[in-house]
Amino acid sequence: MNGYTADEIMTVTASRALRDGMTCFVGIDLPSAAANLARATHAPNLVLIYESGTIGAKPGSLPLSIGDAVLAETADAVVSVPEIFNYWLQPGRIDVGFLGAAQIDKFANINTTVIGADYAEPKVRLPGAGGAPEIAASCGEVIVITRQTRRKFVERVDFVTSVGFGDGPGSRKYLGLTGAGPQKVITDLGVFEPDPVTCELVLTGVYPGVDVADVSEQTGWELRVSADLQPIPPPPESELAVLRDLLATLPKADREGAAR
Amino acid sequence: MALIVSLPEAIAAAVRDGDTVAMEGFTHLIPHAAGREVIRQGRRDLTLVRMTPDVIYDQLIGAGCARKLVFSWGGNPGVGSLHRFRDAVEHSWPGPLELEEHSHAGMANRYVAGASGLPFAVLRGYSGTGLAGHPGIAEIVCPFTGERLTAVAALRPDVTVIHAQRADRAGNVQYWGITGVQKEAVLAAARSVVTVEEIVDVLDPRPGAVVLPAWAVGYVALAPGGAHPSYALGYSVRDNDLYVAWDAISRDRAAFGRWLDEHVYASERAEKTL
Repeated sequence: MNGYTADEIMTVTASRALRDGMTCFVGIDLPSAAANLARATHAPNLVLIYESGTIGAKPGSLPLSIGDAVLAETADAVVSVPEIFNYWLQPGRIDVGFLGAAQIDKFANINTTVIGADYAEPKVRLPGAGGAPEIAASCGEVIVITRQTRRKFVERVDFVTSVGFGDGPGSRKYLGLTGAGPQKVITDLGVFEPDPVTCELVLTGVYPGVDVADVSEQTGWELRVSADLQPIPPPPESELAVLRDLLATLPKADREGAAR
Repeated sequence: MALIVSLPEAIAAAVRDGDTVAMEGFTHLIPHAAGREVIRQGRRDLTLVRMTPDVIYDQLIGAGCARKLVFSWGGNPGVGSLHRFRDAVEHSWPGPLELEEHSHAGMANRYVAGASGLPFAVLRGYSGTGLAGHPGIAEIVCPFTGERLTAVAALRPDVTVIHAQRADRAGNVQYWGITGVQKEAVLAAARSVVTVEEIVDVLDPRPGAVVLPAWAVGYVALAPGGAHPSYALGYSVRDNDLYVAWDAISRDRAAFGRWLDEHVYASERAEKTL
């Protein structure tokens, strides 16, 4: 690595996808690091919203959970859990939602429930849905952040926890999903975006030192590459320094895990 | 009208074998002391309801108290898996665990329906997901617009257990900070237990506080530090190091057994340290 880790370039790339003044529904781990990095750098007016009901949180340190005291103490408003989902997320008031994935398919459908074909007898039991299905349905757009391996990037997810583009064109409209769905999938190799016509994820950017063959190797479907594939520049030292300062506030044993 | 009793008395009176039990508190104000007391009293065949099973239900599941889990996100926040939960689901240890799975929005609305005295609530959710059609989740058509929406069945626990900052001597309960879904969970339940950091003469107003009137609460029990390793805003901080350490304790059946012996069964004094 040339002075930064794969996790760090993912986090910086995700942070740059956020624009100043947006309202952002933040999950824990890497999304929280990315959103807080954005707020500390180019997007000081980013509104951070956590599913614990904290709206406009301005944590000076990274929270370990979505309900750490620092979120409540620095929020513009703290509302109940039914209220955050019913009044704030469901009507489309939140511009962008950040999601992780244990499995993702070529239509950006996400699985965080079970690995294995049989729901009742899973090979691996994952945490489940949490707020993700409704974030995926109702945020203006969704950004997915996840490490990429061939086992995770599959033709069809074992279980649809959160809908990306369903079966392809027209699915979101048919299902009554009001948001635009995933607009970026940021991995440790590069960035995918959905094709505006087919809804299939297309590789649009790669990190320094990564070539298309590397990405294809870790993609479980026939990879499509944008005609306008962009090299993503390495993260500048200034942003890395801010990110490392943020991560240093987490409990020691978890620093690596949280930047996963 | 609320009865102010000891924690063992409250659990003995309110929580029975086979009950559907909701212990709520969204990261903040998780009623851990009450959870340990349920383990200590040896309750069995419980249907445990909670949006985020978290470390509290990892402990109850590992101790063999649960028959079924109704939930929406079963991880250790910011850390990883709940290993006792996974061991029960993947290897039926210490016994099989039936699952009923929802999303956060679904669970929150199920409590709202229960608190409202309605059989179901309506939301725009689940559409297109693998959870649609699971028990308690069904499609419904809006009678006014024709829009297809989702109905979720009301949650009506036999007993809800929560932790709050304070109660007064009449049993009126007050809590603030991240208030989660506790009000709905208490109002949806037939019985309730509230553990508190302190009992005071007067509940002076706090910004954003929820007050549950004494006549809407079953039992109130004093349990200072009773949210640990979760926290009570203004009284304690979240013990993030313990959430991280729980990963190793819960990963191994023997290590978890030692934790139970040391921190639950050995003595009530353990309550002071964990």
